[in-house]
Amino acid sequence: MTDRCVLDETAPTDWRTLTAAVAFVALMVALPAVVNPFHMTVLSLIFLFAYCGQAWNIMMGFAGQLSLGHALYFGVGSYIVAVLAQRYGISPWIGAVPAFVVCALLGAALAAVGFRFAVRGVYFALLTIAFAELVRILFEHWELIGKTGGFFLKALGADNNPLLSLRGGPLFTYYASLALLVISWVVAWRLLHSRTGYFWRAVREDEDAARALGVPAFRMKVLAVSISAGMTGVGGAWFGLINGSLFPETVLGMRMSIDLILAPIIGGLGSLFGPILGAFITVPLNELAKDLAQKYSLSGLNLLIYGLLLTLVVIAAPEGVWPKLVKAAKRLLPKGRRS
Amino acid sequence: MIDQYANIVAGGLLLGAVYALIATGLNIIFGVMRVVNFAHGEMVVIGMYTGYWAWSLVKLPPLAALPFAAALLFGLGYAFQRLLGNRFLTAPQHVQFILFIGLALMITGLHAMLFGPEPRGLQSEASFAVYRVGFLRLDATRVQAAVVAVILVAALGLWLRFSLTGKALKAAATNPVGGRAVGIRIPHLFAVTAGIGAACAGCAGVLVAPFFDTQPYLAADYTLLAFITVIVGGLASLPGAMLGGLLIGVAEALAAYTVAPSLKSLFSYALLIIVILARPVGLLGKPGDAH
Repeated sequence: MTDRCVLDETAPTDWRTLTAAVAFVALMVALPAVVNPFHMTVLSLIFLFAYCGQAWNIMMGFAGQLSLGHALYFGVGSYIVAVLAQRYGISPWIGAVPAFVVCALLGAALAAVGFRFAVRGVYFALLTIAFAELVRILFEHWELIGKTGGFFLKALGADNNPLLSLRGGPLFTYYASLALLVISWVVAWRLLHSRTGYFWRAVREDEDAARALGVPAFRMKVLAVSISAGMTGVGGAWFGLINGSLFPETVLGMRMSIDLILAPIIGGLGSLFGPILGAFITVPLNELAKDLAQKYSLSGLNLLIYGLLLTLVVIAAPEGVWPKLVKAAKRLLPKGRRS
Repeated sequence: MIDQYANIVAGGLLLGAVYALIATGLNIIFGVMRVVNFAHGEMVVIGMYTGYWAWSLVKLPPLAALPFAAALLFGLGYAFQRLLGNRFLTAPQHVQFILFIGLALMITGLHAMLFGPEPRGLQSEASFAVYRVGFLRLDATRVQAAVVAVILVAALGLWLRFSLTGKALKAAATNPVGGRAVGIRIPHLFAVTAGIGAACAGCAGVLVAPFFDTQPYLAADYTLLAFITVIVGGLASLPGAMLGGLLIGVAEALAAYTVAPSLKSLFSYALLIIVILARPVGLLGKPGDAH
C-alpha cells in the first residue's frame, strides 16, 4: 500500500522533508543566542500562530472543510485554562486536557450538526462564524469570567516556577512556543501519512467519489474538525498564559478568527511547511502595521496597511507562498524533488 | 402589556425591512456569482458615512442622499469587480475570503483614518417625529427607512425578473459558458451585479444613519447580521432575504426588550440554530443552492 504512494510528494520516507524540519528546529533553538527579548516575543507569537495554522491546516488543507470561526475554540480553550488556573489553582498542565477535550467536543458537535444535515461549503463556513459570535456574546455577559471587562491572571511572583505555572519570561515563552509548534508539526506529519490522512485527502478531492469507494466521509470530516478544534483550544490556552489577560472581543472575536487562518492560507494549504512560512509572513506584517500606526498616531492605518498587504499577497500568490517557492526551487533544480 | 409588545414587534419589523435590503445585496452577489461578500458590512458603513456627511455638510436629508450613496456604491462595486473580483471567481472560497477580508480591513482602516473612531450621530428634527397608528407609536425615520427598503427590494425583484438585464443575469448565473455563447458580456454583467449588491448595502446604510450612530467598527456587525439573515431566509433567495430580515428584526427587538439591549442578537442566533436544524437550506432556500 505505502509503496504505491511514492508519487506523493509528501511521502513519509521523504528525507528532505525531515531534514528541512530538523534544520529549521535547530536554527530556531540556536536563535535566542543572537536576538533580543522583543524579537523573542514576536517569534513566540509567530510559533503560536504557526501552531494554530497547522491545526487549521489539518482540517482545511488535509480534509478540505472550511471553518471560518476558529476563534470559538481558541477563546473557549483560553478561558478554560485561565479560569481553572486562577479560580481553582489547577495547573495549566492539567487544564490543557479539558481545554482540548471541550474544544474537540464542541468542534465535533458543530461539525456533526452541520454535516448531518448536509450543510457543506459556504453554509458550514457561515455557521461556524455565527457560533463563534454567539459564544463571544454569551462570554461578554458571563459574570464568572469578568464579562467585557476581561479576565486577568495574577502577576508572577518571585517564587514562580515556569515549568509548573507555564508562565515565564521571554526565553521560557520562546522555547515553550517552539515546543508546541514542533508537536503540532509532528502530529500533522503523522496524520498526513496515516490511513485517516489518506481518507481526508480523498474526501477533500471528491467527497462523493470517496464515499463510493467506502471512505466513511461523515466520520472523517467530523474527526478533522474535532482534532483541529482541540488543537486550536490548546493554542488559545497558551495565548492566555502568554498574555495574562483575556477579553471576549480579543480571543473570540471575528478578528481572531481571521488571524488564525491567515497564516495557513497565505503560506499554502495542505503542505506541512505552509502554515509556518505563513506565520513568518503575517505576524511580522501585522506588527509592522501596528508600529507604523502608532508612530504616526493614526488609528486605522494598521488596518489599511494590513488589508492592502493581504490583498497584494493573495493577488500575487493565490495558492500560497510555499507552493510558489517549491515551484521556483524545482525550476532551479530540475532533477531534485522538494516537498 | 399587549400594546407594548405590539410596539416592539412593529419596531422590529421596520428595522427588519432594512436588514432585508442589506441581505438582498449579499444574496444577489451570491446568487449570480457564488461569492460571499465578506466586506458587505463595510459597504453599509460607507453608506452611513455618505448619509452623515450629506446632512452635516450640505444639510441634505438622508432620503435625498440615497441616490448619491447608491451611485457611489454601485461605482465602487462595479470597479472592484472589474479590476479584481472577476479574477477570483473560480478561486477557492478561502482565497476569496482573504481577498474580501483584505478589502474590508482597508475600508475600515480608511474610515478610521479619515473620520476617526468616534460615533457620529445624524440628528435632525425629523429624528424625533413619531407616527401614531392606533396604540402604535412608530419613529418617523424608521417608517421611512422601512418603506424605502421594501420598495427597493421589490423593485429589484421585479427588475431581475422582467428586465432584459435581469434575465441575462439569470442566464449567466445558470450557465456562464452558454451565456457567453449567446452574447452575454459576463465580466460586465458580474460587475453590474457587484455594483447592485454594494448599492443595496449603501442604501441601507443611508437609511439607518438617522437612528444608528455611524462608526467605522460597526461594519463587522452588519456583515454578520447579513449572514444570519441569509442563512435563516435561504441563500440566493430574494423572498428569503425579506422573510429573514423581518424575522431577525423582530427577534432582535424582542431580545433587546426582554433580556438586555446588549444581548439583542441572542434570539437571532437561537432562530439561526433552529433553522439550521429544521431546514438547513434556509426557510425559503432551494436545496442545492448552497453547493
